[in-house]
Amino acid sequence: MVIPISYNVRNLKLRKGLTVMTALGIALTVTTAVFLMALLAGLDKAFMTSGDPLNILVMRKGSTAELSGGFDANLFPTLKTLPGIAQDAQGDPLASGEWVVVVVLPRKDGTGEVNVSVRGLMPGGLALREEEKDSKGRPRMKLLEGRWFSTGQREVVVGKSIHDRFSGANVGDTMDFAKGQWKVVGVFDSGGTAYDSEIWGDVNQIAVDFDRQGGYASVYLRATDPVSADALKNRVSDDQRLKLEGTLETEYYEKQTSSGGAIKFIGTVVAIIMAIGSSFAAMNTMYAAVAYRTREIATLRIIGFSRPSILTSFVLEALLLSLLGALVGIVLILPFNGMTTGIGNSLTFSETVFSLHLTARVMITAVVFALVMGLAGGFAPAWHAARQDILTSLRA
Amino acid sequence: MTLTRFVTKSAFRNRRRSLLTVLSIMFSLLLLTVMMTVWHSFYVDTGSAQSASRLIARHRVSLTNFLPAYYREKIRAVPGVVAVAPTQWFGGLYKDEKPENFFAQFGTDPEEIFKVMTDVKIPPDQLEAWQHDQAGAVVDSELAKKFGWKIGDRIVVKGTIFPMNLELTIRGIFTAPQPSLSVYFNWKYVEEAVSFAKGKTGTFGILADSPNDVPKIAAAVDALFHNSPEPTKTESEKAFQLDFINSIGNVKAFILSICLAVVFATLLVSANTMAMSIRERTREVAVLKTIGFTRQTILGFYVGEAVIVALLGGLLGCLLAVGLVSGMAHAPGMGFFFLGMKVTFSTFVLAIFVAAAVGFLSAVIPAYHAAKLDIVEGLRYLG
Repeated sequence: MVIPISYNVRNLKLRKGLTVMTALGIALTVTTAVFLMALLAGLDKAFMTSGDPLNILVMRKGSTAELSGGFDANLFPTLKTLPGIAQDAQGDPLASGEWVVVVVLPRKDGTGEVNVSVRGLMPGGLALREEEKDSKGRPRMKLLEGRWFSTGQREVVVGKSIHDRFSGANVGDTMDFAKGQWKVVGVFDSGGTAYDSEIWGDVNQIAVDFDRQGGYASVYLRATDPVSADALKNRVSDDQRLKLEGTLETEYYEKQTSSGGAIKFIGTVVAIIMAIGSSFAAMNTMYAAVAYRTREIATLRIIGFSRPSILTSFVLEALLLSLLGALVGIVLILPFNGMTTGIGNSLTFSETVFSLHLTARVMITAVVFALVMGLAGGFAPAWHAARQDILTSLRA
Repeated sequence: MTLTRFVTKSAFRNRRRSLLTVLSIMFSLLLLTVMMTVWHSFYVDTGSAQSASRLIARHRVSLTNFLPAYYREKIRAVPGVVAVAPTQWFGGLYKDEKPENFFAQFGTDPEEIFKVMTDVKIPPDQLEAWQHDQAGAVVDSELAKKFGWKIGDRIVVKGTIFPMNLELTIRGIFTAPQPSLSVYFNWKYVEEAVSFAKGKTGTFGILADSPNDVPKIAAAVDALFHNSPEPTKTESEKAFQLDFINSIGNVKAFILSICLAVVFATLLVSANTMAMSIRERTREVAVLKTIGFTRQTILGFYVGEAVIVALLGGLLGCLLAVGLVSGMAHAPGMGFFFLGMKVTFSTFVLAIFVAAAVGFLSAVIPAYHAAKLDIVEGLRYLG
């Protein structure tokens, strides 16, 4: 015979103060854990959606990031005439020699200075990125305001995150970095990818300002299809004379995701320690619940409820308690959903902006996490309840 | 039986509950102490006395831009400057890309680097041996211990920023007040192999006459190069490190929010326990009152009980944190984050104080209710 669950619900209601406080304790733990998980989910999203499988990123052999070093500009003509590269409407190959440099900009909210990536591109680089499609096959790159920068001008377009987070990043503003002023002529949205945290300008202008003439940090090539993308990548890497290495852009960003490793580690440790503390608290509450109902449990046994059904009932009660905690915890975190924050990256030395992302997976994990806490805290007291001696209990 | 003994005895009368509460508070305080230690080492600790007299000059645009090497002599001429040494981040890979094999490699000038970093100890004969070998290197003692390196060992570091491999012979092992996981080598080695590195450096380490001169020197150095194509940003060593931490993201808000959540959760746990335990003793309170104990004394009993339990949990949590932090500071593969961190005495005291305060606060409301309980009602209470 199974004890109806409404028995547990009523018991939780009976001792409201205790239930609410224990559930709140669990909720706080869940909130912290969810906050950390949502942070990681957002970070993963920013990097996972970045990159396009048809784009090939060519860097000097041994370079791990676009920021580290460069190679001779003379190699560019060889690269852009390789077979398998897509062409634009005029028949020019979609290829772009680029520089990525880092500048320091003050945050809008006045909390210090942040490193920001500035990318210099060729006109082909813009065309190449406009070819990128999102998962539904729609173009990913959108110009939100203004126009693209023009070649030969000290003009820049800024990513959406830069526009939102820094002052002086509106169309018509001027930005002051490197050797002078740059006019902001547009704002673009790359669909939540890492490009949103970049400032783009003409590659030659950038190279002059940062004394990097005569070379490129990277070359981007757009392949016609996945098969030629692979062939192109291998061709670049295998050519001993070039001393270059080709990577699919998607692979490159997958590597960068590891910059969340430290947060992941710290977040897990924090969540586990808090969970252990909360489990003990839940155990306390459940022991009290059992002690309080000693006579009641004996009565249940006499009526004919078996030991296993008493055990199940108390474990269920603990699970209900933690479920309540999980729900409160998720509600507490809701206002933070979509909040954006930035994280520094040891590979590019600059900030990638991402938003807190409360995915279904995060929420399910939170509920499971809370249930595990409830189970850890509830099993021992429930066992204790089921093992009670009927006669002594009735006399208590 | 004295009153203190009475309070201690009642605090642990329900052993299981007290134990569970102590354990719960212990884990929360463990976390709180670790977080406070991180906070302390980032934002409060001003470093050694020598560190306070050191400045770092970098390119105004960003750390990744080079400065011309000839700036060094100009900086040296600034009044109050005792020594200047260039350092350039090499950013190479040792063995593979795994984070546990990561360490910092700095190209510098062997003649002057330890005149700037006066708090670093190295035997004079080892320093001399390094100065005589252009492909030599000196390594941090913690790092040498981690990889089992000895003097005379050869290490190969694969360049990522600079297209070359460093083949270094270890000539010396130094000890720094804060283990730094770094290797220093002669920058000439790279300058001779890579054309774009020639005559360039990343930062200058500057030693000032006294800590009081630091702001003045910073301003003087920046003024010197203000209108040049390569302007500088000069700041104290601590400010430079803070800049670096800030570039990781909003660490301050991150730590603060975790601390707040932990303290609040602890408060809930402790308040819960006290509420349970006081309610069970309703009749006992009535008896105490009948014998003649005043409200104030009864209030004191329960608050005292809660503080004792919380203090015990807090003390255990802090001790555990001391162990955990020192474990992480020395564990291989933890990278730079916990490097040289230690739970300071003030952090320890503060954490214990927080525990006591939480215990106190948690007991106030239930104890107040108990204290003003009506005797007759209490005696009738069935529990």
